[in-house]
Amino acid sequence: MTLLAITALAIVRLRGLLAVTMLAGIYSFLSAGLLTYLDAVDVAMTEAAVGAGITTVLLLLTLALTGTEEAAPSRPRRRIIPLAVVTVTGAALIYATLDMPHFGNPDAPAQVHVAPRYLEQSGAEIGIPNVVTSVLASYRAYDTLGEVMVVFTAAIGVLLLPGVERHRRRPDAGDDDRDSGAS
Amino acid sequence: MNRNPIVREVCDFMLPAILLVALYIQFHGEYSPGGGFQAGVVFGAGIWMYALVHGLERTQRIIPPAVVRFGVSLGLLLYIGVGFACLLLGENFLDYDALGGGHGGHGGEQDGHNTHGQHLGILLIELGVGITVAAVMVTVFYGFAARRGVYNPSDSD
Repeated sequence: MTLLAITALAIVRLRGLLAVTMLAGIYSFLSAGLLTYLDAVDVAMTEAAVGAGITTVLLLLTLALTGTEEAAPSRPRRRIIPLAVVTVTGAALIYATLDMPHFGNPDAPAQVHVAPRYLEQSGAEIGIPNVVTSVLASYRAYDTLGEVMVVFTAAIGVLLLPGVERHRRRPDAGDDDRDSGAS
Repeated sequence: MNRNPIVREVCDFMLPAILLVALYIQFHGEYSPGGGFQAGVVFGAGIWMYALVHGLERTQRIIPPAVVRFGVSLGLLLYIGVGFACLLLGENFLDYDALGGGHGGHGGEQDGHNTHGQHLGILLIELGVGITVAAVMVTVFYGFAARRGVYNPSDSD
């Protein structure tokens, strides 16, 4: 947690965007470590691969387009309102966490609703040891289908972005697999 | 193409391990943490690393963009297809009991639940999730890296 805070502060202070990108990757990796510590290994895997790996590369590719130096803030005086908004929001969030049950509390609402049934019955109903997979892939198969559709839609959106397919017009780059319908 | 031999060698050394770990996460998800989404992401990240080191052209020769776009749809269709297969076999949408012969079929362990069908259904839909996610990751990379000015090193491959 301390390392996370230090990394976040460094990201805020630095102006060189290359270093900021690297620090963001480190931040994601530290988050993955924290999630592993909290026994959320699935999420940690995703965080390490997407947050530390793919997002970092994506930011680097973006930096190749934009340049690697952040411009100095144009009007440094108007800092009161943003500070107030951040403080109030942060205070509200911290106030809300006071009502949350402690980590690992067996009486937490999330643990007493359907979780016991999943834990007790999924062995007989689904028959696989990993209850998380049982819940995601079988009990909540509709939700997972929706998630896959979201990912699918994201890919369609990326393909539709202007300029994405432009490179394939080059005559030597194997154009024969290209859709002839797209203009 | 990256001219640094250390980077190239480390990439070639790591890539099979990364892809193997992805497949392990995919097909061992019933017993250990992970599943289709994690496997697809790790697989996609491995392809990203290869493309960064060896260049876009070479990667696209191995995995053509048309194949990737086909994969994006294939995974989702596999998922939906499993759902409709259950429907056609007389159960509810995505009720995998149908795949093993329905409630009280030959694969059931107790209480009329059909764990064989559940195994098959979960395996198939996780495969669909994995294919779609990996293909989407590669699609995103192809889309961004192919823009002019973003990734010129590959042009001199």
